[in-house]
Amino acid sequence: MLHEFASLVTYQWFALASGSRLAAAVEFFVYDTIKIFLLLSVIIFAVSVIRSYFPPERTKKILSHKREFIGNILAALLGIVTPFCSCSAVPLFIGFVEAGVPLGVTFSFLISSPMINEVAVVLLWGLFGWKIAAIYLGTGLLVAVIAGFIIGRLKLEKWVEEYVYKIRLGEGQEIAKQVFRDRLQYAKENTVDILKRVWLYIFVAIGIGGVIHGYVPQDFLLKYAGPQNPFAVPIAVALGVPLYSNAAGVIPIVYALMEKGLSTGTVLAFMMAVTALSLPEVIILKKVLKVPLLAVFVGIMTVTIIAVGYLFNAIL
Amino acid sequence: MEIKVLGPGCANCHTMEQLTLAAVKELGIEARIEKISDIQEIMKYTMSTPGLVINGKLKHSGKPLPSLEKVKDLIKAEA
Repeated sequence: MLHEFASLVTYQWFALASGSRLAAAVEFFVYDTIKIFLLLSVIIFAVSVIRSYFPPERTKKILSHKREFIGNILAALLGIVTPFCSCSAVPLFIGFVEAGVPLGVTFSFLISSPMINEVAVVLLWGLFGWKIAAIYLGTGLLVAVIAGFIIGRLKLEKWVEEYVYKIRLGEGQEIAKQVFRDRLQYAKENTVDILKRVWLYIFVAIGIGGVIHGYVPQDFLLKYAGPQNPFAVPIAVALGVPLYSNAAGVIPIVYALMEKGLSTGTVLAFMMAVTALSLPEVIILKKVLKVPLLAVFVGIMTVTIIAVGYLFNAIL
Repeated sequence: MEIKVLGPGCANCHTMEQLTLAAVKELGIEARIEKISDIQEIMKYTMSTPGLVINGKLKHSGKPLPSLEKVKDLIKAEA
């Protein structure tokens, strides 16, 4: 049905000649744009309804009695559905530690939360198919579980700022109980909020896709970052870290890189480096972590992300 | 009336403060508005910022931010 609508717009409304380059581009643009916005609306809405059941206070409670490993897996999963703004990272961290959530489990949560993003999942799905989206989701979870587990094993509690352990929380106040209609309302507001923030990036991504598709030569980037360069993955990660962006902002770049024929693993690694290893996040965490622990965190993340990149270049 | 806006200092917290100021002004209510950025103080109420506390009660926390109308309703309910 979407295909028919795209053809209708292209050939009837714009009256473009069938078979021309422009017509193909317009049809592609209309089809992809509608498909992605539909997917986004439905999936963000659904994720938001799930999110309304997992405010940070509840997440903290769920994780407080969990052992390592199972705890890491659960934390990584909850990281996807627990809503929080990046400036809440410090209160969240303190709250988790206070509640007795193991350090490694806390990290699994803090890693998966920015890295696995429902907007990114939708865009990857819409632009490259569900397999790539599933791989992104799966590897994101894997990185969060493994990196958190290693940090937990290293017993680095002494490198958490002392004041974190001294803070005693107030009872904490729960916001009044929600009925299902409140959850739907929350989901609606959240969907509109996110769409408002990302729509431009999406148009840019789809636009870039169209232009590159037709006009830019293939070999420029391939020469430096193509499959035959064994250092492509670490280079992509090194470039990704200082680039601060959310998942939506990175999509146009990812789209361009994929279109240019870069290997999937290289692009995934780049994307994870941008979203999960951002400088502002590290600066925020500096308030609760001493430098050695920060360094370990960044180091382990870098190594795991690079490993994921190589892994996918090898199997895809 | 005592209103506290909780936030360590990111853009969302700033917007929340502006919303609260605007809401109080439009309602023409006497209120003492305080911006709280001390983590320990924030955590007496919630882990998700930005937060809005009216007369010691947590009325909103986290994202998405409430609309101006919603903030006015929350304030009116406590007035």
